[in-house]
Amino acid sequence: MDIYRLDADLKPGKLALVCGSLLADPVTQEYRCELTPQSESRVSTDYHIVEVAYNAGVTDPVEETVMKAVLDLSVRGVKAVKTARRYLIEGQLDEHQLETVSSRLLLNPIIQHVVRAKAVRLPQNPQYGFRLKQIDILGAGEVELAGISRQFWFTDDELQTITAHFRKQGRNPTDAELETLAQTWSEHCVHKTFKGRIKFADITIDNLLKNTIMKATEELNKPWCLSVFEDNAGVIDFDGRWALCFKVETHNHPSAVEPYGGASTGLGGVVRDILGTGLSAKPILNTDVFCFAPPDFPYDKLPPGVLHPRRIFKGVRAGVADYANRIGIPTLNGAILFDERYVANPLVFCGTVGLLPKQLSRRGQQKPGELVVLVGGKTGRDGIHGVTFASGALTEESTTISYSSVQIGNPIMEKRLIDTLLQARDRGLYSRITDCGGGGLSSAVGEMAAETGVRVHLDKVPLKYSGLSYTEIWVSESQERMVVAAPPDNIEELLTLFAAEGVEATVIGEFTNDRRLQLFYQGNLVCDLSMEFLHKGRPQMEREAIWKQPQYTEPDFAQPQDLGKDLLQILASWNVCSKEWVIRQYDHEVQGTSILKPLVGKDSDGPGDAAVIRPILDSEMGVIVSNGINPQYGKIAPYWMAASAIDEALRQIIAVGGNLKRVALLDNFSWGDTNQPDILGALVQAAQACYDMATIYGTPFISGKDSLNNEFEFEGKIISIPHTLLISAIGVMEDVNRVISMDFKRACDLIYIVGTTWNELGGSEYFRTHGFIGNRVPKVNPQLAKELMDRLSLAIEKGLVRACHDLSEGGLGVAIAEMAFAAGLGAIIYLELIPLGEPIDRNDFILFSESNSRFLVEVAPECRAEFEKVVKGINLATIGRVTDADVLEIYGLNNRRIVAMPLHELKEAWQRPIRW
Amino acid sequence: MSKVRTLILRAPGTNCDVETAFAFQQAGAITSLVHINELIRREQRLSDYQIMVVPGGFTYGDDISAGKVLANELRLKLGEDVERFIDKGGLVLGICNGFQVLVKAGILPDPWRTNQPLLTLAANDSGKFECRWVHLKVNKESPCVFTKGIEHMYLPVAHAEGKVVASPEVLPKLNVVLYYADENGSSEAGYPHNPNGSIANIAGICDASGRIFALMPHPERCIRGTQHPQWTRQGVKEYGDGFQIFLNAVKWAQSL
Repeated sequence: MDIYRLDADLKPGKLALVCGSLLADPVTQEYRCELTPQSESRVSTDYHIVEVAYNAGVTDPVEETVMKAVLDLSVRGVKAVKTARRYLIEGQLDEHQLETVSSRLLLNPIIQHVVRAKAVRLPQNPQYGFRLKQIDILGAGEVELAGISRQFWFTDDELQTITAHFRKQGRNPTDAELETLAQTWSEHCVHKTFKGRIKFADITIDNLLKNTIMKATEELNKPWCLSVFEDNAGVIDFDGRWALCFKVETHNHPSAVEPYGGASTGLGGVVRDILGTGLSAKPILNTDVFCFAPPDFPYDKLPPGVLHPRRIFKGVRAGVADYANRIGIPTLNGAILFDERYVANPLVFCGTVGLLPKQLSRRGQQKPGELVVLVGGKTGRDGIHGVTFASGALTEESTTISYSSVQIGNPIMEKRLIDTLLQARDRGLYSRITDCGGGGLSSAVGEMAAETGVRVHLDKVPLKYSGLSYTEIWVSESQERMVVAAPPDNIEELLTLFAAEGVEATVIGEFTNDRRLQLFYQGNLVCDLSMEFLHKGRPQMEREAIWKQPQYTEPDFAQPQDLGKDLLQILASWNVCSKEWVIRQYDHEVQGTSILKPLVGKDSDGPGDAAVIRPILDSEMGVIVSNGINPQYGKIAPYWMAASAIDEALRQIIAVGGNLKRVALLDNFSWGDTNQPDILGALVQAAQACYDMATIYGTPFISGKDSLNNEFEFEGKIISIPHTLLISAIGVMEDVNRVISMDFKRACDLIYIVGTTWNELGGSEYFRTHGFIGNRVPKVNPQLAKELMDRLSLAIEKGLVRACHDLSEGGLGVAIAEMAFAAGLGAIIYLELIPLGEPIDRNDFILFSESNSRFLVEVAPECRAEFEKVVKGINLATIGRVTDADVLEIYGLNNRRIVAMPLHELKEAWQRPIRW
Repeated sequence: MSKVRTLILRAPGTNCDVETAFAFQQAGAITSLVHINELIRREQRLSDYQIMVVPGGFTYGDDISAGKVLANELRLKLGEDVERFIDKGGLVLGICNGFQVLVKAGILPDPWRTNQPLLTLAANDSGKFECRWVHLKVNKESPCVFTKGIEHMYLPVAHAEGKVVASPEVLPKLNVVLYYADENGSSEAGYPHNPNGSIANIAGICDASGRIFALMPHPERCIRGTQHPQWTRQGVKEYGDGFQIFLNAVKWAQSL
């Protein structure tokens, strides 16, 4: 039951009008008006009633819509609206059981509560009276300083630097000044680990990012890279007229405590990164990658204060899908991975591609005298301290102390913002734009004004409700806001345009030329920092790193006789199984651009490799997006994990018909506590691999992000996530009509394996199902891999390949099964025909090896000669053919049949686990 | 002959306006994306157009119920304009959220004939938003001008509230244009062929004149051959199944 509480003085007729013509559907719903509602959670003989409402300070976007719609009905006198939901639960439960049901299923105490009869339902917001707050760091003793460090999450070095700075000025800082420094210097905003000094073995790396990932881009020096590592997203040339930008963000910590809100605002945030790139881009595609603990994780092993992974999974999925669907961006690509070590720190990666005119692809630069204009949503207490929260570790108290860090998204506000901003861009009304993301205004304005200086009047910022202090206004992370710099001559037109679309736009300050950050509240100066100190004053971090490869038990189980059962088990594993339940709930058709959808094949339920779109509806050019990620390999060797992730992302681009001529990469590192030398060492290893691979594949990195300190502390124990690197790739395709899909097309066609199979099952799904990790992690030979990919893409471009699928988790066994059941066509293959890199005498190892740079390819017999001519020189072999039987047959070494499995059984095993 | 002018109505949360405009342009029309505020403020006039489209999206977030807030706006602030537009022979097309809006505004099934809406679009039986392709059978008896000459189509749906619900008295009087069906054209198949549990497998309806048409599936997402989910298996056709709807509309409007 939906509950709307109106704080209103209405005549009965008007009330009936509001209910009958607005709130209730006349065909399917009934309504009842109560003046003094009885909504206490109580035990009755028939059913229990539980009413759930949002906590004070949490705004439900529906409330604003109701206010507007009530006015449309010409009904005046409604002062406020609060929404709630009432559940009727049949059955006999005691108070304790009811409490369990409520807290586990019906509400999240971070944002909601059960309404009791006496609760104040329309609470008054507190008022704020100005009082300048100074923090006494000059007179503070050691204990006080430690307290200040903790409060603002400063390191000792940082606080010393700050103290020295203010001592020179002869005054204490204000709270706004310390907050600004805390936000600007946070790991989330400046990546102090990546940019710090790292001692690794005998060498000192001064700025890991510059020495690996950015260095690859610099050396490759591709003319089509238009803007790299300097803006909110990386930008590449698309067709000479248009450019593409791409960014992937993490929103891990918020998603851990409030999955729905955390994930949806993560998506909203990355979309604003795209809006804030160059002079603003139109978001055209989403890709989402999640890492959770397995959905069958036992409840009794759950650390205190942690939500169950199934609930996190469902909440994150819903948050991302609701937001993306509502703003009309197709979600066409993604992945979901499972590992127990994500139990307290789920990972949520949201990525967005944008399209913008090439000549607007560079970041703008405002002149002194231009105005600071805040556009979009109003400012509330949402997400205060999100950045510093995201930069620290989670503890069992995180879910109770972090309430103000969780934000509630309003996707329609964001959609309005997109619609309006793109019009303003095309009319040239502003000179620069950036998003209000982590750190709120403090980061956005502080960064924009780094080269000029700025004066901001915080009392001009439109607020959702009263009671916010000047510092809260400055650091609030309320969603759906952007900042633009506009010349005074354009301001009237800009404000008129925003008003016409019903979107708030407010001048809150002006850029200066004094290189100072000055904030005012009701005429009082509350912050006065030099840009030099704010942006360059941070002491560089120095850390030690070591790396030693761990040794795991080498598996010693006997080779099973019938591998059909093992194949079914791998297909049904959480990592490999079908994610259709998730994918169908995303709109992947909006904008009408999809060329290759996430689900492909005869019944549109097979796992496609990469997504392809046609961003400009009357052009033949396409954009390919793919991702590579495998945290299991990182448990053995982070270097090869990174190399494998890059290879995987590129394989998928090749598999759908793309090539490596214009492919750019993004990195997203989610790591544990990098203060631990071995964890930092793993990061150094992975970053080094990024450089080594990118330079040889010829695929530059254009942007990236890191999320460190993903660990959880409880009862003295620490759970750290596996090192996780997500590689996202974006490629340009000349002709979308060349796209192919992974499903087999015709019986009697030949099946080739392209690439070399090694005894590489370390971190594989096969070993995992047998309870092992192993040590022989899949490696990459990038020179050979590049040659192979170039040849194969040429063969596909010439139309010689009917279907192609890359080999990843579960190796050949999974890939062949997927190609067959996606097509409803059988296959017969022989393992003894497979080109091996080293002798392997076990069928199971050949079938489930996860060696990189391998593909399965379907070629028509009449194209055989031509195909083999084009791919000459690379390691490949015909290993069987497509059949019209409803069965997958695999013959092992010595020609014994080791798998004979009906397609429907394979498909059922793959589809069953997440058919929710 | 002057070109047909199509108004694509925008409101906060509209998100299929650009591809809908593209479909009409391909069919030979001139299109304008017009914000509802522009109509309310009289900066734009409905009477300058021959076709009005309420495209897909989540207008006003679909808060309260899908399409409800925009429906009330249309009815209360632009009711007379819309009535005049219809009386003068203009065409009205509602797609997905547009279907929900036209029904909840009382423009369908029978424009303004009664104060009490006769049918509604409710939450899908699956309880979920779903994006999938569906087979549609066209009712040959239907007066709908948009579907002339079409027998069946394969189009995507993407919605959470698409289940047509009508009372037993209303049901036989509805001008049903499209039924969900399976690949053989049979309407007996059930979910997921009928993706939302719609009564009598209804996917689209029109008014008695056949000039006001609304449907849950998205014809504008199937204009080019490469939008078809099986084009990599079956080869590329020049046009998608949805294109004829736009051609029909533009051709009809040319005679106005």
